Amino acid sequence: MKLLLAGFFILMISSFIPLFSGKRSRIAALAVAAGTFCCLLLSAGVCIDSLFTGNTFDVSYRMRIPFASFALGIDPLSAFFLLPLLMLSTLCAVYGVSYMEKKNSEASSGASWFFFGILVLGMSLVVVARNGMLFLIAWEVMTLASFFLVTHDNQKKSVRKAGWIYLVASHIGAAFIFATFAMLGRHSDTLDFATFQTITTGSTISTALFISALLGFGSKAGFIPLHIWLPEAHPAAPSHVSSLMSGIMIKLGIYGFLRTLTFLGDPPLWWGITLIIIGASSGILGILFALAQQDIKRLLAYSSVENVGIIALGIGMGLVGISCGEPVVAVLGFAGALLHVINHCIFKGLLFLGAGTVMHETGTGRIEELGGLVKKMPATGICFMTGSASICGLPPFNGFLGEFLIFLSALFGVTTSMIPLSFCSLVVIISLALIGGLATACFSKAVGIIFLGEPRSKCAEHARDPDKAMLVPMIILALLCLFIGLSGASAAMLTCTAVSEISGLSMAACTTGLKTAAYPLTAIAMLSSLLIILGGFLFTLRRSTPRGHIETQGPTWDCGYAKAVPRIQYTSSSFSQPLTQLFAFLLKTKTKLPDTSATFPEEKSFSTETPDIWQEYIFRPAVIFFNRLSAVAASTDTGRIHIYILYIIVTILILLMWNFFR
Amino acid sequence: MTDFSTLLLRAHAGFLAALILAPLIPGIINRVKSLSAGRQGPPLLQLYYDLFKLLRKGTVYSSTTSWVFRMAPIVSLSAAVGVLMIIPCTGASPALISFQGDIILFAYLFGISRFFTVTAALDTGSSFEGMGASREVLYAALAEPAFLIALSALACLNNRISLTQIFSAASENPFSNISVILLVAVTLAIVLLTENCRIPADDPNTHLELTMIHEVMVLDYCGPDFAYILYGSALKLWAFASLLVAIILPVRTGSFMLDSTIFIFGIFAISAAVGVIESIMARFRLDKIPKLLVAAAALSATALILTLIRG
Repeated sequence: MKLLLAGFFILMISSFIPLFSGKRSRIAALAVAAGTFCCLLLSAGVCIDSLFTGNTFDVSYRMRIPFASFALGIDPLSAFFLLPLLMLSTLCAVYGVSYMEKKNSEASSGASWFFFGILVLGMSLVVVARNGMLFLIAWEVMTLASFFLVTHDNQKKSVRKAGWIYLVASHIGAAFIFATFAMLGRHSDTLDFATFQTITTGSTISTALFISALLGFGSKAGFIPLHIWLPEAHPAAPSHVSSLMSGIMIKLGIYGFLRTLTFLGDPPLWWGITLIIIGASSGILGILFALAQQDIKRLLAYSSVENVGIIALGIGMGLVGISCGEPVVAVLGFAGALLHVINHCIFKGLLFLGAGTVMHETGTGRIEELGGLVKKMPATGICFMTGSASICGLPPFNGFLGEFLIFLSALFGVTTSMIPLSFCSLVVIISLALIGGLATACFSKAVGIIFLGEPRSKCAEHARDPDKAMLVPMIILALLCLFIGLSGASAAMLTCTAVSEISGLSMAACTTGLKTAAYPLTAIAMLSSLLIILGGFLFTLRRSTPRGHIETQGPTWDCGYAKAVPRIQYTSSSFSQPLTQLFAFLLKTKTKLPDTSATFPEEKSFSTETPDIWQEYIFRPAVIFFNRLSAVAASTDTGRIHIYILYIIVTILILLMWNFFR
Repeated sequence: MTDFSTLLLRAHAGFLAALILAPLIPGIINRVKSLSAGRQGPPLLQLYYDLFKLLRKGTVYSSTTSWVFRMAPIVSLSAAVGVLMIIPCTGASPALISFQGDIILFAYLFGISRFFTVTAALDTGSSFEGMGASREVLYAALAEPAFLIALSALACLNNRISLTQIFSAASENPFSNISVILLVAVTLAIVLLTENCRIPADDPNTHLELTMIHEVMVLDYCGPDFAYILYGSALKLWAFASLLVAIILPVRTGSFMLDSTIFIFGIFAISAAVGVIESIMARFRLDKIPKLLVAAAALSATALILTLIRG
């Protein structure tokens, strides 16, 4: 525990270095990267210990703020989030070193690195905080630091707008989190997690706590319809920051929610059902909107919404399993959700770094303008392709593991004879299957249009692989995708202690539950390795056929028309058109059709755009309404002192009368 | 009870039988089609001749393509072989590898082969292949829920979640719930036709690139690569057909050889049925196929709900 504190201290010191480094941005960047790495090394021991043995470590100091204490702790749940957090932060920092240098906006890169360090520190504190006040402080630090990182390019109007949306959305969420802790504190007269009293199941306060935690943490996690900040903030932020935000910061919403669940006692059935409904809608709508996007980072942001939906489906299965008294279903559901947290952290981190490299080299994030990059930047191409295959949940990559566990949980659920559990499982199976199919569509489009074929514009001409500092983090993440995917049951068994903590089931029950998945996962890993070997064999076989070594180059077959130009290729929007057309009633894609009534053809243009329907139809009208309300309120603000004095006198009179008559 | 080594031997025998006999399926389909059209048609063993010929050829690659294009045939053939490892290929024999929840891997292995086929199609830069790829992912996204719900209904009906156990439970008490089995069979038949690019979803013999779906995605392949693709799709047909046979022909005589023979003839009968459907039906209009698939998903969901309610 002392080592952990030392790690946090080093991280804090190193985040202040950039403020004094002036124009030498490389020193600033390296300092933060080194600080994060030190913190990772120093905390790894205690985290691994806690994950394997289920031990908890606590440390507490008094603070001068009322109700607050500097109480930190590591338990399996914290460790499960802290390790990937620091790992991804280190990799993003290393990537950022040359990324920010090339972005050449030296003026503010010192500040940017300061906030990067503070963001990592804030996120780590959120995960280890064991006091409500400390948690809220860390939460605010995290939100504000990420706000300043999102608005790094604040000369652009779109970035300022995105930052503004992010700030407002985060604080509406934060208000609910404040409410959650206020209720918890009022219930047990303390804000220390250790002394929280148990809350009776089904009481009003447990319902209120569940709802406010769901809204508060859900807005950070990006549950639909609270996700609106994601597709705005991610494209605006520098890539290593969006990678960190999407990879781990939104998962802290999940962490906060799971942590609150541990205070709440046994869940009633409707909690699980609520989460399954939220998960299904976030998952399906998230991936549909991702499919309709033309901007690579917006696409990835919506896909994060989808993956958070998958995590919610897993948590939902876990809760329903507990309330129906089916420990195996519950354990597999929670384990699937937790595993998907880590896996999504790895492959989404990878994809955002890849997207950052593409945007950096070509200067554009519009999918329609890219193409053929795999020949110009082969290493980035392979990494991006690995990440895409993982995110589609395809074996042998890691994305499959979490989805498989949730599927397995639902299959066990469907074969029990309990009607509510079976119906919940049915919903989970349908949504996961649909999400899987749509994700394959979405990411085969992303890979196919961006990296394959011929370049669609001049932007892609001068692209090349970035230098090692940017490449190595991506390669590490890509290897992790494959490694975890082939690790079989061991990755799933690692979740055991954390699952036991969330579900309240005994370690023995969790181990038994996970053991049912151990053989399948080992078998899948074996089969995957076998198939990879078979692939190698088929490759050699193709070479060793009589004329297998003869390779002739020719043009692509285009019905005998051999002078095809790149513009003839299928585009991103045409690729997704059949699916967006099918789901048009949900997507409400806006199409600008040209007027073709003129007698002679002239130059026409056609465009489609899929804005966020919640932003268009719910949040924009709400903001307009509140603006009007504020305008009415503002009319009482006259600026004359005697009117203000009148207000004060009237208020005092009313209060006195109220006191008098009571 | 047969001992472990016999079971292992049978599993291998079944797997090898599927690998060897699968190329007969397209032969049977084509023979049925040509007979019903009053032609003599290609020989039953035509695909074997084609594979042999293609393996002896060199390759031509489009200069637009990258390593993805070269990798896709290998991946899709490996995935198809992988699927045959987890299903009981000849019904009576257990699968080579069997575990709880292998029905999910069934769907996802075809998922990875689709991912690579689609990206390889986009890799050629041809607008026709892009069009085919776009339609393929549309159908797959809708066929996957239908397929997984149908398999869940089977799992629920037999109270087992691994393919080997579902197959043996289906034969122990055949037609335990005839309405459910009928609904699931219809769904599986629709998914089989769609996933294997057969009429009414896709026409493997169409002559215009614009109207093809699966065939257009592999336009640029030749030589050994094309042999892999053809063989892979024959294996895929075998995998889907064996699911159907397992539930509508749950015959067990007790003798392994006899059971396997009956099962294999069942698969050939399904191929003949596909041939009949292709002869008597026209292809559906493109925008009707999503409706067909959604209907199939609804049918299988009904089947699942029926099983749940009956308990």
